[in-house]
Amino acid sequence: MNQFDLSTARSQESVLATNKVLKNTYMLLSATLVFSAIMAAVSMAMTMPPMAYMISVIGAMVLGIFVLPRTANSSKGIGVIFLITGLMGFGLGSILSIYLALPKGPEIIGTAFGGTGIIFLGLSGYALTSKRDFSFMGGFLFAGMMVVLLAVLANLFMDLPALSLAISAGIILLMSGFILFDTSRIISGGETNYIMATYGLYLAIFNIFISLLHLLGALSGDD
Amino acid sequence: MDWMKILAAAGVVMMLFFMWPAYKHWSQNGPKAEKGDWQAVVLPLAAIVGFVVLLIMMVR
Repeated sequence: MNQFDLSTARSQESVLATNKVLKNTYMLLSATLVFSAIMAAVSMAMTMPPMAYMISVIGAMVLGIFVLPRTANSSKGIGVIFLITGLMGFGLGSILSIYLALPKGPEIIGTAFGGTGIIFLGLSGYALTSKRDFSFMGGFLFAGMMVVLLAVLANLFMDLPALSLAISAGIILLMSGFILFDTSRIISGGETNYIMATYGLYLAIFNIFISLLHLLGALSGDD
Repeated sequence: MDWMKILAAAGVVMMLFFMWPAYKHWSQNGPKAEKGDWQAVVLPLAAIVGFVVLLIMMVR
C-alpha cells in the first residue's frame, strides 16, 4: 500500500468513526428525550410540587459533574445518562403542571416544545451541512455561561422580572451556540464519547425548552 | 421559601466552581476565530432571535 492509499484509508476510518459517534449520539439523545417525557408525565400524574424541579435538577447536576465523567467510558454510563435525564424529566413535570393550569397553558407548552424542536433541528442541520468548525466559540460560550450564572445568582435574591426574562433570552442564545459547538466537535472528532456528547446536547435542548417556556409564559400575558 | 433559595444558590455556585476549569481551558487553548467564523455564527443566532419573537407573537 503506498502513502496515498494509507492516508485515504486512515481518513475513511476517521470519517466512519465520526459517523458512528454521530449516529450513536442521536440515537441515545432520542431515547433519553423519550424517557424524559415519560418521567415528566409520571411526575405530572403524581402532581409533584414545584420544589421537585429544583431537587431533581440539583440531583442531576451532581450526577452529571461527579458520576457521569467517571462512567462515560463504560456501559454504566448509559444507566447514568438515563438516570440524569429521567431526573430532569421528573423535575420538568412539576413545572409543566404549573403551566398547564394557565388559561393558555397547553398552547404555551406546545409552542415551546415545537419551537425547541425547530431550533435544535435547524442548528444541528446547519452545523452538519456547513461543516464549519465552531470550536473557536468555546471560550466565549463558557464565559457567557458564567455571566448568566452570576446573573441567576443575583436574581435569586433581587427577584427582578426583567432580569429573569433577560436571563432566559441569554440562555436560549448561549444554548443555541452550544448546539453548534457540540455538533461541530462531534463532526471534527473533538468529542469521541457519544454519552458525553448526548449529555451536552440534552442539556442544551432542556435549557432552551425551559427558557422558551418562561419567555412565552411571561409574555403571553398569563404569567 | 428561604431554604430553597439557599439550595438554588448553592447549586449555582457549584456550577460556577466546576465550569471555571472548562472556561480556562477553552479561553487559553481553544482555537482562535478566523475571518468569517463569527459571521457564520451571528447569522443563525439572529434567525433564532427572529424565530423566538415570532413564537412570542403567536402566543400573545
